[in-house]
Amino acid sequence: MYSSRKICLPIAAILLAFAGSLAGATEPGSFGYGSVATPAQIAGWDIDVRGEDGTGLPPGKGTVDRGAEVYAEQCAACHGTFGEGEGRYPKLAGGVGSLRDERPEPTVGSYWPFAPTLWDYINRAMPMQAPHTLSADEVYALTAYILNLNDLVPNEFVADRDSLPKVKMRNRDNFVWTDPRPDTMAKPCMNDCVNAADVRISSTAEGRNLTPRTTGPLDTMQPK
Amino acid sequence: MGRRSFLGLGAVLTGSLALGGKPAIANPAQESPPADAPWSQSIGAGVVDRPYGRPADTEASVIRRNVPWLTASAESSVSFSPLQDLHGIITPNGLFFERHHAGRPDVDPAQHKLMIHGLVERPLLLTMKDIMRFPSVSRIHFIECPANGGMNWRAAQMNSLQFSHGMVSCAEWTGVRLSTLLEETGIKKQAKWAMVEGADGAHMNRSLPLDKCLDDCLVVYAQNGEALRPEQGYPLRLVVPGWEGNVNIKWLRRIKLGEKPWHSREETSKYTDLMPDGTSRGFTWLIDAKSVVTFPCPEKPLDGPGLYEIRGLAWTGNGRVKRVDVSVDGGVNWQTARLHEPVLSKALTRFSLPWRWDGRPALVASRVIDETGYVQPTIAQLRAQRGSNSVYHNNSIQTWQVKPDGSVFNVQLA
Repeated sequence: MYSSRKICLPIAAILLAFAGSLAGATEPGSFGYGSVATPAQIAGWDIDVRGEDGTGLPPGKGTVDRGAEVYAEQCAACHGTFGEGEGRYPKLAGGVGSLRDERPEPTVGSYWPFAPTLWDYINRAMPMQAPHTLSADEVYALTAYILNLNDLVPNEFVADRDSLPKVKMRNRDNFVWTDPRPDTMAKPCMNDCVNAADVRISSTAEGRNLTPRTTGPLDTMQPK
Repeated sequence: MGRRSFLGLGAVLTGSLALGGKPAIANPAQESPPADAPWSQSIGAGVVDRPYGRPADTEASVIRRNVPWLTASAESSVSFSPLQDLHGIITPNGLFFERHHAGRPDVDPAQHKLMIHGLVERPLLLTMKDIMRFPSVSRIHFIECPANGGMNWRAAQMNSLQFSHGMVSCAEWTGVRLSTLLEETGIKKQAKWAMVEGADGAHMNRSLPLDKCLDDCLVVYAQNGEALRPEQGYPLRLVVPGWEGNVNIKWLRRIKLGEKPWHSREETSKYTDLMPDGTSRGFTWLIDAKSVVTFPCPEKPLDGPGLYEIRGLAWTGNGRVKRVDVSVDGGVNWQTARLHEPVLSKALTRFSLPWRWDGRPALVASRVIDETGYVQPTIAQLRAQRGSNSVYHNNSIQTWQVKPDGSVFNVQLA
């Protein structure tokens, strides 16, 4: 036993070295492709902000009043002057207390759990026609204004990297971050599974006139 | 076809013949040989007449389609794959469903780079040439938007297979294992999560557990044998097998390892499931087992009584499809369908069942069971758990109503 182990060890070492050089990258940089990202390059790409504690928020600040000005210029056309939405663009305010209703309205005020996420999203994706073009101060100001529209912060609130993580969002404690599925577990019955007399159509798409056609050219039908 | 199954089908065929099919319409011009069509009496186009190729002119209707009233603008919208006209399990690249959050960018591959940084030993910046030097793998996987079927949560709404189920497609993806790239950077012990981010105008980002990244995720540059189409993330995208479409980041530009998830807008305000009690489920990445009958369907009605093959698709984020049952009486009785090879993990699977339609009203449905034993639920079972405010993850059994004239409608059963 002892002797065979003694023989095996060097072979294993050779095999490992071989695998490392050809098949699997077991050590960092073993393929050697690409370039090591410099701190300056990383700083240029690194835009993410963590929702829960605001890690990644940059220096800068913005007031509610300044936010109202930027908002009128950059956002109101789609989201409405007071965040009420235009056409089918999303509402940013309202819907508080609606989450158990038949028609819930998930907004920043009613649904979003973390305020820094709002800064992050505006910064990375808005305004839709020219994303990632606003200054950090402008994004802070917009964040302050939208939080204020939702009565989450007072008129004199100043948004910055310290204040945003402290904003208590209404729906903060109503998220479950573990998936409880499978939450249905039927037995696959094969015969006489339900009483044939009880089989009833509860809803049908027939006659609803909602469906664009699926033959011929694209249908530009608008909703009824 | 084996002898036994041939005999079985013969018995069904005899039954159908005894009932009598439609008499053939007499057409002397075609019945008297020689019956040459014009294309049989002329020379066709040469080999590079269509250097890339395109479908036959008579297939011009087989295209992705959108629902104009569904979204605010075409740039943040979805198009649906025409499942009713597709065969097998591979979705042609031009018909793969699309979902964009800031329009389709046209990325220059010579300028595109992937950065991997955060809790790594050796932060990397990779060009497309660098990425294509790594060992390559090819895998067949489906991608489904978790909102596929979302319009059916409250009631049967769209009278169409394309619009009710067309946010799922399946392709052979070629690229590099994400684990290969992460190991190249060296993963620090504290790393538990990865943030993945796109280069489009939405800079869309999602958090993924590191375990999933190291298990089976792929960073791909090719789809069904050719470079990714721009709509599908050209030149580089992430494929997260079996998990909701939104995490399969297109135009992938950055991966950052960290200790905790990011809770981005896409995983708080969107892609969370609102329950009847007002709580919400986050990080519900998995696509549960789902199936749908693709023939007959509203777009493909029946031509009168006789023998048909009920056809459909089944898939599960859990792994392989194990069994599919089909009912033609609204779930009173079920028969097990034939699964068509290949049955691959986290890929679309074809099923079929011969059916002699007697011309009476029918309610056609399919039910999949995956290799974990999970059984596709009815819409009533799903609503009992999740209410009807949950936009995402409607994997319920789909019922098609067949009327005596052969027309087909999307219905739900009580």
